[in-house]
This record gives sequence, C-alpha cells and structure tokens, in this order.
Amino acid sequence: MSVLVYTENWDGKFKKLSFELVSYASAIAKELGKEVSVLSIGDVAEDELKKLSEYGASKILTIQSEAYNNFASDTYAKAIAEVAQNENAEVLIFANNITTRAVAPRVTIKLNAGYVSGCVAVPESISPFVVKKKAYSGKAFANVQINRDIKILSLNQNAFGIVENTTDATIENIDIAAETSRAKIVEVKKNTGKMSVLDAEILVSGGRGLKSAEGFKPLEEMAEIFGPVATVACTKPVADLEWRPHSEHVGQTGKVVAPNLYMAVGISGAIQHLAGITSSKIIVAINTDNDAPIFEAADYGIIGDAKEVVPNINAALKSFKENA
Amino acid sequence: MEILLCISHVPDTTAKISFVEDGKVYNKEGVQFIVGPNEELALTRAIDIKEAQGGKITALTVGGAEVEPTLRKALAMGADEAIRVNAEPTDAYNVASQIAEVVKNGNYDIIMTGRESIDYNGGQVGEMVAEFLNIPSISGVNNLDIEGNKAIMQREIDGGYEKIECDFPLLLSGQKGIAFEPKIPAMRGIMMARRKPLNVVEPVAADNATEVLVHTLPEAKGACTMIDAGNEAELIRLLHEEAKVI
Repeated sequence: MSVLVYTENWDGKFKKLSFELVSYASAIAKELGKEVSVLSIGDVAEDELKKLSEYGASKILTIQSEAYNNFASDTYAKAIAEVAQNENAEVLIFANNITTRAVAPRVTIKLNAGYVSGCVAVPESISPFVVKKKAYSGKAFANVQINRDIKILSLNQNAFGIVENTTDATIENIDIAAETSRAKIVEVKKNTGKMSVLDAEILVSGGRGLKSAEGFKPLEEMAEIFGPVATVACTKPVADLEWRPHSEHVGQTGKVVAPNLYMAVGISGAIQHLAGITSSKIIVAINTDNDAPIFEAADYGIIGDAKEVVPNINAALKSFKENA
Repeated sequence: MEILLCISHVPDTTAKISFVEDGKVYNKEGVQFIVGPNEELALTRAIDIKEAQGGKITALTVGGAEVEPTLRKALAMGADEAIRVNAEPTDAYNVASQIAEVVKNGNYDIIMTGRESIDYNGGQVGEMVAEFLNIPSISGVNNLDIEGNKAIMQREIDGGYEKIECDFPLLLSGQKGIAFEPKIPAMRGIMMARRKPLNVVEPVAADNATEVLVHTLPEAKGACTMIDAGNEAELIRLLHEEAKVI
C-alpha cells in the first residue's frame, strides 16, 4: 500500500514542483503509515531520478519507453492507472497544472477513485478522508470528503512547499505497454529560455495603466534586477492588445499563479485578474488611482505614476542588491 | 458534424461569494448566473465553425429548472438545441456519468467543455466523460479548426504549444484562445432562442464520489501599507525586513 506521486519532467529534468509533490506525499504517507512511490514517464537520467528520494520517495519508478514520447492523456492515464494498481496505491498525487489535469480525471475513472483538484493542504482528516481545496476561483475554500477507497489529489503549486527528507530509495525501470491514442501530436513549438509565470517566485506584472508595450521595459528591467527567479506577467487586456504574449496573461481565463511576490503595476484589480493572484504571498500595487480595487488585495501600495515610481524602485532595488 | 457543448451554470464573475446552511451551500440570493466563461468561448468557436462549415450544436447542462435561462443564453448565442439533465451537479463523477449517458443516446462527433468551471475549478468532468466513453480527450485547447472528420487543435504547454490532430469522436476542453471574445447574442438570436428545443431528461442512477462538507472564506487581508511615491527605498526595506520576500 502506498502513496503514489506522478510527476512530469521537462526535457529530462524535474522542477521544484516535482519535489513539492513528493514532500506533500511524504506528509500524507506519514499519517497513513505508508511509503511514497514516484512514477516518472520519459527520458530522465538516474541522478535526476535520485533527487526525488531527497524529499521522501523510497521507490522511484521510471518508464523510459519511446512509446510515451508524445503525450496523449488516454495513453498516459492507462500507464499511470496500471502502475497504481501494481503498487496498490491508496492515494495518488498529481500537480494541478495543464498536463496532469488532463490525465488525473481519466485515471480516477479507471481506478473508480475519488478526485479532488486544487488542494491547498494535507488532508484535514483521514477517516473520513477530507481535504481542503480552492473554490470559486480563489474567493473561497471547500472541504471535500472523498467517498471512495482510492483518493486522487492534485496539489496547487506553492501550496505546500518543499520539505527535505532524505530516504533510501530504489530506482526501477518498468515497462508498461503503451495504448496508442487517436490524438496525435503533429508539431511541438517551444519558446526557449523564458521561465513560465507559474514557476517564478517573483512576478513583475503590468496592466493597461502602462499605456503601451514600451511601458513594460522598466518592468523587464525590474525582473532582471530581482534575478532569475523573476519574470514579467500581465493582465488580459494587455495580452489582448498584444503588448505582451498570451503566455504571460495572469487571471481567471489565463494562468493562476502563486509567487512569493507579485508586483502589480498599473493594474486596477478587476475580479477576473484577482482570481489569478490571490495565492500570492505578498502583493505590491502601484497605481495612480487610490480607489483602484487592487489596493484592497495588496499588502503594500504606492499611489503614483509608474513612469516615475518604477525607475525609482529599480534604482532602490539595484542598490539593495549591490549592498546585500 | 454534431457538437455537444457542455456548459456550467455558474455565478457571474463579479458576484459576492457567501454561504448558507452553516457554510455548506452557496448563497444564490441576488446572484446573477451565467454560462461559464471558458465554455462561452468554446461555444463561440463552435458557432463560427458551424456557420462556416455546417453542423449542429447541442448545448447541455446538468441542473434543476433554474438553469434553463442559462441554456437559453447558449441557444441565443447560436446553439441549435439544448438538453437539461434534471439533477443537481454536486459531484464531478456524477455529472460526468449523466453526460456520458446523453452522449451514448446521441451521435456526437465532438464533445466540448470549458477547461474548468469557475465555481469549483475542477477541470475534471470532460475528461471523465471521455474516459467513460473510451475516446481521446484533449485539454486546454486554445485553437481549433475542423477539416473533414478531423479536429486540428493547439494546446498550450510550458513554454510553447503542441499541435494535435484527432479524428471524430473526441472530447476537448477549451480555454481562452479557442476564441478571444464571446459572441454576444443579437436581439434576433434571443427571440429565436425561445422557440428552439430544450429537452429535459431524467438522470441515470449514479453516486457521488466526493461531497463538499463546508466552505470557508479566505482570511481578510490586513490594511494595505501605503508608501509615498519618492520613498521607494522604504518599500524595498519592508519587502526585505518585514515581508521577507527579497
């Protein structure tokens, strides 16, 4: 009986998210008196797989077959469900992101499990099994009871954090026959280099108040000064106006982020945007309008013109970094 | 080509959120309900495709009689007919069971949902339906074209996109990008919607795999600490010493 984590890999590497899932699984496994197994599908080297054991995994299963090179939700779901059955997994842990959300519901039906997505903490209780999740696009939480023997949880990024727990682990290369899907990937395009807003610890975000695409240059500078953990984000109108790419759009119909620090520059704070940022640890708002709703969501605020305030922040930040 | 467009009947995005019955049930008092924004965009794209290439769109939702105005909105936008499964949508497994039954009784080429409904943000129902029916599901589609009996889709991935082709039948969940602005029903559409068929079907027996016990509200944010423009160094100091994020 085990807690089974499914983690993706990105070009053969894990991200902090993967270690967070294992940390979360370890906490749950401890309460259940069980072990943590992790399943990885893809070409991941042994020294990378071993990292999972630093967070509590004692069994690392890897499927390296080329048959899984192209992602299809039905193909992956079949493999994950089969491994879960072989491992007698009572709890399965997924990340709550685009790819794994495509798979977890299918695995749920295959295993006749109960599934709660968007979890924000370890279960409130084990018997009955109750877990807390985000609801109403971040405006509420719901405690959900799972009435099935097998429980499937997807965890929100940065909801739990990483907890080191070095464990002796075995790494097993396993073979699960791939079920081909009628859905075929015909092209993959990757923009090199740029970190996703989902992974950034600091987001420097701008709204229509910046007036133009050029208005974002000082924000790009700020992100540079903050360092490699920071990247630029934007609101829906900015993406629709094509001042910034759609991948940077944060909000209800864009991405939901959970950075440590969210700088909201020239953003009024429309509800659809707030839905994307309520899990931020700290929000700083810079706006000329002191009635802007963003100030109700922010921890710190400056009333002023971004054209003056942002360069001042950049200078102060640079000075801070140089003296740190 | 027959499209089944599954919509959710959800509170308007700007609605205040509160709960009754000791936090168990959402307080609908004074709340405006809408077609979920993701489904609205999926429906908009479906209508454009239908108008260009022909076909029929059936809008579907699971809910009591109070959800019918939302189905009529989908009809006003351009869906051809609607189906309401007469059951409370309290659990994704249950809802998916109902939808799968409707699909089995129909002849749909494509089943479309939104990437998630804005009330419980589950993003599960569509994919569960696809698994029940043993058809492919493509989630988070932000571009859709139809060529013959094949869907050509784009799906966002970390740092890029994938282009996927799949022949009918299939299920896809749509998000922003599949269309950018929802269709606004014209007066004529609203009037025609009243005469389009809206069929009510009784649910099949299905249990609830999960149950919402109680809702809570997030802790209220403290007052925002204001810093004077011109004193930005103070913000940096606070972020370092007080907030400890830098």
